[in-house]
Amino acid sequence: MTSETNSGLKSQPQWQSRLHVPTASSRPDQPADFTKLDIPPAGAAERPATDVPAEQTRELAYGLVRVLDDDGKALGDWNPQLDADTLRQGLRHMLHVRAYDERMFRMQRQGNLSFYIKCTGEEAVAVAQGMALKSGDMLFPSYRQHGLLFVRGRSVLDMMCHCLSNSRDNIKGRQLPIMYSWKEGNFFSISGNLGTQFSQSVGWAMASAYKGEDHVSSAWVGDGTVAAADVYHALHFAATYRAPALLNVVNNQWAISTPQSFASTGTTFAARAQGFNIPGIRVDGNDFLAVYAVTQWAAERARQGHGPTMIELYSYRVASHSTSDNPDAYRDKTEAERWPLGDPVERLKQHLINLGEWSEEQHQALEAELKDEMTASWKEAVKYGSLEEGPHWPVSAMFEDVFKEMPAHLRKQRQDLGV
Amino acid sequence: MAALNMIQALNSAMDVLIERDPAVLVIGEDVGYFGGVFRCTEGLYEKYGAHRALDMPIAEGGIVATAIGMGVNGLRPIVEIQFADYIYPAFDQIVSELARLRHRSGGEYSAPVTIRTPCGGGIRGGQTHSQSPEGVFTHVCGLKTVMPSNPYDAKGLLISAIEDDDPVIFFEPKRIYNGPFDGDHHKAGQAWATHPMGEVPEGYYKVPLGKASIVRPGSDVTILAYGTMVHVAQAAVDAAGIDAEVIDLRTLLPLDTETIAESVQKTGRCVVIHEATRTSGFGAELVAEVQESCFWHLKAPIERVTGWDTPYPHAFEWEYFPSQERIIEAIERTLETD
Repeated sequence: MTSETNSGLKSQPQWQSRLHVPTASSRPDQPADFTKLDIPPAGAAERPATDVPAEQTRELAYGLVRVLDDDGKALGDWNPQLDADTLRQGLRHMLHVRAYDERMFRMQRQGNLSFYIKCTGEEAVAVAQGMALKSGDMLFPSYRQHGLLFVRGRSVLDMMCHCLSNSRDNIKGRQLPIMYSWKEGNFFSISGNLGTQFSQSVGWAMASAYKGEDHVSSAWVGDGTVAAADVYHALHFAATYRAPALLNVVNNQWAISTPQSFASTGTTFAARAQGFNIPGIRVDGNDFLAVYAVTQWAAERARQGHGPTMIELYSYRVASHSTSDNPDAYRDKTEAERWPLGDPVERLKQHLINLGEWSEEQHQALEAELKDEMTASWKEAVKYGSLEEGPHWPVSAMFEDVFKEMPAHLRKQRQDLGV
Repeated sequence: MAALNMIQALNSAMDVLIERDPAVLVIGEDVGYFGGVFRCTEGLYEKYGAHRALDMPIAEGGIVATAIGMGVNGLRPIVEIQFADYIYPAFDQIVSELARLRHRSGGEYSAPVTIRTPCGGGIRGGQTHSQSPEGVFTHVCGLKTVMPSNPYDAKGLLISAIEDDDPVIFFEPKRIYNGPFDGDHHKAGQAWATHPMGEVPEGYYKVPLGKASIVRPGSDVTILAYGTMVHVAQAAVDAAGIDAEVIDLRTLLPLDTETIAESVQKTGRCVVIHEATRTSGFGAELVAEVQESCFWHLKAPIERVTGWDTPYPHAFEWEYFPSQERIIEAIERTLETD
């Protein structure tokens, strides 16, 4: 209890630690070196039938499905053969997300938002996956998949009003910016707690199967969250009941300052699925076509009753974790530039230009159009109030929705506050 | 002595003990290379290496379980849970394992684990970065529960907690990491350098667990508070010109019932304040304790000023946070009776 019993001043052994502690891909004083990464060529991975037994997917779990090569050519079995309109739509959504992120990040820096999270460099994940799913499929995103909202057509004005916690915020000023909820778009309420929604998504999928419906669920966690127990609950229950669930791990290499090596245990995240008798597929997350194709495959497998798929989306978090951290303090500033899988927007753009379906001029015009849209939407959004100045929902809204019917003790507290 | 903020004071406590005792190490998310999201472990990785400021995967249940295993095998781990709001995945390990290990093994096994975690609101953190779950842990037998209100106490209490052979949950009110806060968010922030309790000795010293501190002597009413609310309470009674005795509990469990009883028996009135939600909060325990020990001395019903029984709302942070006004109103109600 006191220092006499355990004080370091007493004779203590001088231990030599033999513990293994993983290292990072880079630190500010240690440049990133991705030359040792094993990046297979585009088009090399085989696309099995959707009823393939999980144990025959080992190569997909340890490999990397790629369709777009470095020159923007689409190669191999996994090419989803999308028409030009769909590709342009995908490019537009990704640019839309990027324009929104840039605007909102700037607004946070100017003190208009309490918090913000960007998904720069990872736009293909939510956009291609969202497009490969059907509107009745249920989305259980983490906080970096707001691209799903753009795919499902949510109004930018409403998203901004949520981030401002103003009088038009559909969740009544109750959550941090980016913790969206949008029932109309089958987009689940985002929790600030990591991984919790992963296992819930399996329950949703089990209910879909129970009711004999075709809808599948799709849930997302980051590489760091794979350490959380909820991820294993999801895998176990989904495998046991063959739930029609897509379990996605966005491996963007960093969990705030912690490198993916603390979560990956030296292997791929997709490999986790093998032990649960679930197919695990590792896909180039910056390759719009590959992400689309793998998601489509997994959704089809789920709808056919063959159960869940775990997808590792291999990508890179170009942005900070959030507006609360400065990545220059924990990783090499040039790491994003050195990332060997490029930028998802640039890669799809190049592909469309190669096909003769897009041009530099069109691209610039679209970027300008989306930037203008952001300016107009922001102006409109602040008319509904700001975080610091309001108007918000009435203060009495704080006491609502704790329960369906307000119990007497909460009514009394509301009266005590005089609202 | 040096002028330190609470972050630096906590850092100093860990530095002192990691240096003195090879069994002490700090573990948690982002605590190593990065130095913690609130910078509490800054410099420890550089000074003591990756093994003693040990980064861990995002799995609070895993982190606490690991700490228990380490504690059983001769180490003295300090766990950082990044936000108190993220402690719940570790709940089973804390409640069913850490708290009861000594008792269930007939005293054979125990784990001297200290769990540090930032709590409380007032930082626009929304419902997942603002909670004050201390009452959840004081309800668990076998855990000591601490919440300092200033840098001097923070360092001395943390050294006591780490050296304690029983598990300690150490809550750090993040709103006052950088300076005291009187509840008025319109005012410019004050720095700890301007506050007497921001003077922190270098090196080793302890503030004992289980001892409250009378931060403002008075005779008309006793205010029981801890953490951020100590400062809000002091500002409120100063503003209203009330001769109140403000007690900073510092340790919630074991509770310093002697200091509380002595004060309330003198003043005959008591107001209990905390930021956490009201129902079944630690304030209820305080009210019961005062009622049992001071019933015949009380001149007025005991009042509680607390957060509301709702999740901490992003937009209505200042309507939720117990304000000076609400505290003054409660004190005045107790003073109405003779």
